[in-house]
Amino acid sequence: MKWFGPRLKIQIGVVLVLGMCLIAVFANVLAPHDPYAQNLMQRLKPPVWEVRGTWAHPLGTDNFGRDLLSRLIYGSRLSIVVGLLAMVVALSFGTMLGLVAGYLGGRAEQVIMRFADAYQAIPEILLAIVIVAVFGGGVTVLILVLGFAGWESYTRVAFNLTRSLRERAFVEAAVASGAGGRYVMWRHILPQMSPVLTVIATLQVGQLILQETALSFLGLGLPPPTATWGNILAEGRDRLLVAPWIANLAGVAIVLLVLGVNLLGNGLRETLDPRRADRR
Amino acid sequence: MRYLLRRLLLVPVPLILVIAFVFVVLRLTGDPVAIYLGLDATPEQEEVLRAELHLDQPIPMQFAYFLWDLLHGDFGTSIQFKQPAMEIVGERLGSTLQLLAMGLIAAIVLGVLGGVACAVWKDRVPDFVISILAVAGQSMPSFWLGILLIQLFALDLGWLPTSGQGGWEHMVLPTITLATFLVPNFILVTRISVLETAREQFVTTARARGAGPARALWRHVLPNAINPVVSLIGLQLGRLMGGAVVTESIFAWPGVGRLMVSAIFQRDVPIVIAAVFIVAVTIVAANLLVDLVQAAIDPRIRLR
Repeated sequence: MKWFGPRLKIQIGVVLVLGMCLIAVFANVLAPHDPYAQNLMQRLKPPVWEVRGTWAHPLGTDNFGRDLLSRLIYGSRLSIVVGLLAMVVALSFGTMLGLVAGYLGGRAEQVIMRFADAYQAIPEILLAIVIVAVFGGGVTVLILVLGFAGWESYTRVAFNLTRSLRERAFVEAAVASGAGGRYVMWRHILPQMSPVLTVIATLQVGQLILQETALSFLGLGLPPPTATWGNILAEGRDRLLVAPWIANLAGVAIVLLVLGVNLLGNGLRETLDPRRADRR
Repeated sequence: MRYLLRRLLLVPVPLILVIAFVFVVLRLTGDPVAIYLGLDATPEQEEVLRAELHLDQPIPMQFAYFLWDLLHGDFGTSIQFKQPAMEIVGERLGSTLQLLAMGLIAAIVLGVLGGVACAVWKDRVPDFVISILAVAGQSMPSFWLGILLIQLFALDLGWLPTSGQGGWEHMVLPTITLATFLVPNFILVTRISVLETAREQFVTTARARGAGPARALWRHVLPNAINPVVSLIGLQLGRLMGGAVVTESIFAWPGVGRLMVSAIFQRDVPIVIAAVFIVAVTIVAANLLVDLVQAAIDPRIRLR
């Protein structure tokens, strides 16, 4: 089974992720209809491959006669933006704390790492639910909630790596030639960690996209008229008997994007993470 | 014994974090009195409620009162049910624990079996198929899986009920949905752990002394490979709870998660707080249990 190695995984992943990103960027060009335009004469039309389907609405329409393909195309924007930006929040916050804890040691290490331990025991969904219950779900709220729910895995990894890198000769040389702590952390230690952090960050984007769609499926994301994949799936759930394609096509869209991200992440891990290189 | 004491000392930390977090968020939202009374309240009513909720006190005192009430299980009165929030949440806890236990057990059994199969047949067809399924499972939103299962087994075939709670047949689809959410991680961790342990010298020694491959696997590799799997249970508890909220919502399972989501739409703050607190206590207790089990089966941990 050697042919399904990291190279093929990265290739499939890049194609899926790039494809989805292009769709998101050019949504206004690609979408055949306005995703919010209602047309009650065209309600619940099936997709083109079913008997009553037409090319006017290739993936059919929803309960308000809105074009499903256009809604799915616009929905990709929110999932990608929230997933990426939440990852950036978690990555920067978590890595910074881990770097400081690992480099300084002592009391900073105790405080930061015990905090990370305690934080890990708190389920992310609870934080998200409390925040959304109180502030309502907006794009910024979602990004911050998901980002600050997922920082501590970076802290742990950055901490362990920094502790071992701190002892290496090139770091000692930098310190001996008078480099300050911030300079050493930023210019010498952080670049050494970037392959491992890239892998974790990629795999996390997939999880974050799933969490965002789950929150919006529960009604805790952006409010309903907004075209998000989770909202479309939630609306489709109420019409499973008459229009199963609404929920299922939204599901397919989510799976394609997350699968692409996960394949990319797994392929990168097998390529970049030397510790695991032999354990495919 | 020293391990036990040190571990018990860490128990309150996450709980205090949760409580402080909830308190801060609640006070950031502005005036809770407005949420409780609605728009058409008179100033006198507001004054009475403000004194009742201790909102006329300084912030540190408010926090002290908040803690005091929590310690007495007093989360206030539910706005939609007009009953103590704690009672309402307590009634639903059993259903949620049942769902969590079923999902977790199914995930561990399937995950460990799958992971061992991958390791035994490394780089051959079973490893390939199971690994692909694991990556696919990681990319599958559990709410869509639940909906697909409903379409297939409830609507098309009519074998199982779509939702609700009742006999064993109501358990099947929610358990599968929740377990699928967790199985991939258990497969991947078991696979790597078994492969790594199989390379240890004591396994070579056992084989050299005449243990067959099956005996080496069950008696020598597995007992030493199981520890990362047990730690994974602890790490997955938060995700498990998140999965339970989604699963309960799909299958109309009358548990804490579904209650919490509906309470948000009703702006029923006491229920949300009570539910968050109960869930946090459950997770912290389960984490403690996992750590103690781990210390019991692996002396390297309790002697550290």
